[in-house]
Amino acid sequence: MSFLLTLDLPLIWGGLIAFAVVAYVLLDGFDLGIGILFLIEHDEDDRDVMINSVAPVWDGNETWLVLGGGGLFAVFPLAYATILPALYPTIIGMLLALVFRGVAFEFRFRAKDRAGRLRWDLAFFLGSALAALCQGFALGGLLQGIHVQDRHYAGGWFDWFTPFTALCGVALIVGYALLGACWLIWRAEGRLQKRCYSHARILGIATLLLIAGVSVWTPLLDANFNQRWFHWPGIALTSPVPILVLLVAWQFWQGLVDSSHIKPFLCALAIFLLCFIGLGISMYPYIVPPSITLWDAAAPPESQAFLLIGALVLVPIILCYTAYAYWVFRGKVKIGLHYH
Amino acid sequence: MFGLDAIVLARVQFAFTVGFHIVLPAFSIGLASYLAVLEGLWLATSRQVYLDLFQYWIKIFSIVFGMGVVSGLVMSYEFGTNWGSFADKAGPVIGPLMGYEVLTAFFLEAGFLGVMLFGMERVGRGLHFTATCLVAVGTLMSAFWILSVNSWMQTPQGYTISPDGRFLPASWVAIIFNPSFPYRLLHMVLASYLSVAFVVGAVGAWHLLSSSRNSHARTMFSMAMWMATLVAPLQIAVGDFHGLNTLQYQPIKVAAMEGDWDTARNGDPLILFAFPNMKEQANDAEIAIPRLGSLILTHSWDGEIRGLKSFPADQRPYVPIVFFAFRIMVGLGLLMALVGLASLILRRGGQIYRARWLHRAAVCMGPSGFIALLAGWTVTETGRQPFTVYGLLRTADSVSPIGTPGVAASLAGFAIVYLIVFGAGIVYILRLMARPPVTGEAGPRTDAPVRAAGITPGPATNPAPAE
Repeated sequence: MSFLLTLDLPLIWGGLIAFAVVAYVLLDGFDLGIGILFLIEHDEDDRDVMINSVAPVWDGNETWLVLGGGGLFAVFPLAYATILPALYPTIIGMLLALVFRGVAFEFRFRAKDRAGRLRWDLAFFLGSALAALCQGFALGGLLQGIHVQDRHYAGGWFDWFTPFTALCGVALIVGYALLGACWLIWRAEGRLQKRCYSHARILGIATLLLIAGVSVWTPLLDANFNQRWFHWPGIALTSPVPILVLLVAWQFWQGLVDSSHIKPFLCALAIFLLCFIGLGISMYPYIVPPSITLWDAAAPPESQAFLLIGALVLVPIILCYTAYAYWVFRGKVKIGLHYH
Repeated sequence: MFGLDAIVLARVQFAFTVGFHIVLPAFSIGLASYLAVLEGLWLATSRQVYLDLFQYWIKIFSIVFGMGVVSGLVMSYEFGTNWGSFADKAGPVIGPLMGYEVLTAFFLEAGFLGVMLFGMERVGRGLHFTATCLVAVGTLMSAFWILSVNSWMQTPQGYTISPDGRFLPASWVAIIFNPSFPYRLLHMVLASYLSVAFVVGAVGAWHLLSSSRNSHARTMFSMAMWMATLVAPLQIAVGDFHGLNTLQYQPIKVAAMEGDWDTARNGDPLILFAFPNMKEQANDAEIAIPRLGSLILTHSWDGEIRGLKSFPADQRPYVPIVFFAFRIMVGLGLLMALVGLASLILRRGGQIYRARWLHRAAVCMGPSGFIALLAGWTVTETGRQPFTVYGLLRTADSVSPIGTPGVAASLAGFAIVYLIVFGAGIVYILRLMARPPVTGEAGPRTDAPVRAAGITPGPATNPAPAE
């Protein structure tokens, strides 16, 4: 452990927390997206396929959110103790929404009649959409800055509610729906898959427009962001990001045109990943913009080192058995095949 | 004390959400182990009844587990939303322990739950059994870490305090294995096993009442009653040791549990019943047995136990809650041991399967484990007040700067959502329990009311009747 104490632990942990958040967004993104698509997918067989395509894995996907929250608590307690009160209504809203959609996975199969099932389907849709919206508000609220004084949140009730954060909220709903549609292109077949190709076209265009909107708006929020994105030397680091997004978007479109099964999903994931890299570039070195850096918020080195040992050993193992779980349930999900 | 300020509301919210939550992991801990035992017995003996019971209980497990995941997610964020100062100050010590819980337990459970629920046909028996065992191990690991955290808040050690008032870790071994941890962990794991034993016993008894020859019901009832016979007395013994540990480290809590205001000279009485009166600092309507309190707590007739009045008033918890919750827990524990004893006696000549009064009693005792568990947690948590970290960090200094309207609104939100969601969950669980287990019991999903029976495989949707 003494060797670990010589490392730049806050930086390493910043990277690991970012990894957990990205893993969460990519993984739970598509299963929240499936819930959002319930709005336009009404056929009961197709809904069963949609649910069953994620039923064995959604729980693991959501665990990355627990790691994000729990990890923040453990290694950046000051960030945890200021971000959550600042974004209070969005966090509570997200949690309640996730409760609803989480239980709907099982409950919809337990309802006695069609009306009961439709109620849980509605809960699944509303929960998924609200969770995405709240995450977008929270993300926007963090980006636009949190007013901290004397280690406490010192802003108002609705600081997180601005046109910018609303745009982030809409962007996340549309983006998750895109991930969901692309996941289903990969995992479903027949008419559901066919419809998802056309959903993905519309959602893909909408997602790119929203990304453009958020990207142009973000540097206007803060002089630091501006400096980094639009001025030399920052621009040397940042300009590849939008260029790569455009390249991936082109590949995404090719995938849809060629009716590829997996390419649209991989490209959609890549677009999300690039957006997060962009976010990281904007925020670094702050964990709670505009005043608290990774180093300000860090738990003492003993705490960070102690958990780092576990993370270095366990995260690779977790990734292995998560991959195994996905492997076990590989292949197209068929109508009426309930993983018996 | 009961003005509805933000602190009280934040406490009510925590109590409400954690109260709902704790039942579910307790259910999962016990049921996961039971499922592993059933599947192991099936693999070892090839007896169909064990597979049927496994499939019967795994459907209930999937609902319980799902509810536990989402209510637990709420808990992991509530420290920050409502208890920001606590998170900032105690985070460096307890945060990493909770991080380890996520890394060693939550991922393990979630990773193998899918295989356990839906993977029987895909991975083969050996791997499936491995998945079941890993889920069970995950639930126990989770208990290990979270009880270490809770115990550290009760009996903190291995820390230093920084100039700005934060707890800094000095020795991780001392932090994790703090003085009350081994007792609390054992007490909680046994409580989980006992709670599930009484649920399984109640379901078995319910179906025995309608048909005492139902072999599936017989098997589960018998297994549950063995647990009651063996584990209930063990739990009472563990509880006694836990109490002695509490007397050593948190004497105020024990005084509140006993309703003991004055420090008696010649051995303390055991107060069976009373209404503790905070204002008068005395008990109303007290019924007590002389000297027995000292005997239980110090294992001596003359042992001295410090009364509440010997501690400053601003360090005392609200006594009536601790006092009554303790009596509920102990009373139910004794009843459970009694049921276990009765079932042992009735095993001679197989009367255990015919004694309808025992079956009725077992049905009534179905929720007793969970009620006792909630009462026990109420004792230990309200008994720790007015501190979050015992003796060091006051609850009043632990909250987030969130105003009363915000905490009130979120509390209302949690109350409504939890009542709807968990209300529905309880209905679905009871509905599954009301159906007798049958030969060729279907697994999760295959039995779900999915339209035409022709789509799913025949044997699974049209199980043969049990008898």
